[in-house]
Amino acid sequence: MTTIAEKPQLISSRKDAQFEVTLYKNVGVEGAHTLETYLEGGGYKAAKKALTTMTPEAVVDEVKRSGLRGRGGAGFPTGLKWSFMPKPDGRQRFIVCNADESEPGSFKDRYLMEDDPHQLLEGMVIAGYAIGATKGVLYVRGEYYKSYERLREALAEATAGGYLGKGLFGSEFDFEIILHRGAGAYICGEETSLMNSFEGLRANPRLKPPFPAQAGVYGLPTTINNVESFASAVHIIAKGADWYASMGTDDSKGTKLYQVSGPAAKPGVYELPMGATFRELIFELAGGPTEPIKALIPGGSSTPMLAFNDETLDTPMDYGSIAKKGSMLGTGGVILIPQEKCIVNATWNLVRFYAHESCGKCTPCREGISGWMTKMYQKLVSGRGEAGDVELIEIMSRNIKGKAFCPLADACLGPVQSSLALFRDEYEHLAEHGTPKYTKTNWWSA
Amino acid sequence: MIELDTIKPYFEGKEDVLGEILGRYPDYGRRSAIMPLLWEVQRAERHVSEARLEEIAHIVGVHATEVKGVMSFYSTYHEQPVGKYHLQICSTLSCSLAGSDEMFDFISEETGLVNGETDGSGIFSLQKVECLGSCGTAPVLQVNDTYYERVTRSSCKELLDALRSGEMLEPPRERGGDNEGAEKPKIGSEQRVGREA
Repeated sequence: MTTIAEKPQLISSRKDAQFEVTLYKNVGVEGAHTLETYLEGGGYKAAKKALTTMTPEAVVDEVKRSGLRGRGGAGFPTGLKWSFMPKPDGRQRFIVCNADESEPGSFKDRYLMEDDPHQLLEGMVIAGYAIGATKGVLYVRGEYYKSYERLREALAEATAGGYLGKGLFGSEFDFEIILHRGAGAYICGEETSLMNSFEGLRANPRLKPPFPAQAGVYGLPTTINNVESFASAVHIIAKGADWYASMGTDDSKGTKLYQVSGPAAKPGVYELPMGATFRELIFELAGGPTEPIKALIPGGSSTPMLAFNDETLDTPMDYGSIAKKGSMLGTGGVILIPQEKCIVNATWNLVRFYAHESCGKCTPCREGISGWMTKMYQKLVSGRGEAGDVELIEIMSRNIKGKAFCPLADACLGPVQSSLALFRDEYEHLAEHGTPKYTKTNWWSA
Repeated sequence: MIELDTIKPYFEGKEDVLGEILGRYPDYGRRSAIMPLLWEVQRAERHVSEARLEEIAHIVGVHATEVKGVMSFYSTYHEQPVGKYHLQICSTLSCSLAGSDEMFDFISEETGLVNGETDGSGIFSLQKVECLGSCGTAPVLQVNDTYYERVTRSSCKELLDALRSGEMLEPPRERGGDNEGAEKPKIGSEQRVGREA
């Protein structure tokens, strides 16, 4: 008897018995950052497999087939990005790791680097081989000193052990990594700013095109990925694209590190298959909120906030489903905003962040965000608001949107426009009365 | 007559350190050494003075203005010396929701400093900073390069008292989330402990 082949059910919950923690399995394990422990857990076997049994094209294809999308926030398909590199022409090529994790609400990469640095290095070896780059650049944000120290030790160990250097695993492939420390600038998370920063220039973004694959670091062909993307590549090569693609949803495959911050019983990083719901993350893993919540930011501070209700909670955390709600998966950094927090104040906190981090290069961001938006929010939260202020913020937002040189200004508008759409009454209340609708100020409980 | 600056160059006698930093980058990327050279000087002297800035410019082969342009772009390089303990309080949303504004006020009262100040004896500098990537273990206080997470009133007081007496406390490793309650240590750790002992 024949049966119609059914589309296999994708794993999209941690409750699925077949799900196992992979990216995050070494985090919190004492000594996991050492080469010895990493090797005991099967470390560098994926790199060996790629370099000794696969062609670079096969590695790119495997990652393409896995459906991995960039974990830095934009969600661009990783394998496709790797395939954009021009044909080898004798010029030096670079693979760059963007470890400038700075988007408020995002803190996954830090633990990967502190507790499992070799996983990242192995991912870079694989990616370097795939795109034909013999040099890697690992740009880690300046504040992550522990990560920097751990990576420095790991690089020394890996080099001494023959996992970096010349003729890796008996192949003809040479690979070395330059570890570079940032110095406190959110804009360096933008890929071209990061490259300028690495080159010893002011970290203003560059005009695109040319894209990094054509002219990246030192004007040479470059591919840049996020820490978690490299870590994911290790497991894709080790376990195969089919395994990876058996998790997730139609447009989002594999596992992902989600983060919970704000008033939750057990905030932190949780690894879930893509497509798990906010409810599973917040209630089943993070232990639920510790006080009434009115909104959540789904993927780092730039992603528009959503009302905290059943509809949002039952939304699968994948690229498409969150986009349908008018927001973005971003970095997967969920921030819970309590009922008692004045939303204008909370939004002002983020506007202040973006104003501080604006590089000043283009007018819409410098004058719009650092200048006018800042002044309007200061006016409101200091109780000097008046009729028309809320409309003015709305008009300014519309005029800034899509006009800036890089995504930073639009990132600031995420919380501004979404908080206005959801909680306009709080803005009006503050403008009218000079005092917020919610007045709680002491948040230091312990 | 021009008076010559007689300050001993920072990298004089530190050729190995300098060589290691310059050696990280390809020949065509010598300028990339600007940031690590600034870090090297700042870690030793808690700021980068005009003289050091010129020295770095000379090493890299650019004008001092170029180095100053780079240095001034970033928020963690200091033109003026910071205190022995640089207290940096994350003030962005997740930390704010966990009480970082109140923590700042508390430290401000304890030290008598306002934002951006260094005390007369050069022990403490106080600074509000933006997101440190410790949102799940908020609020976070960064002292020099060390993160102290999930800071409470009592742990904050304890830490400040220890710093006043010149002692950096070992921060507990806070991670939150998935590894909470994970069995540890695991693989091979017994042997390692044995070897170290």
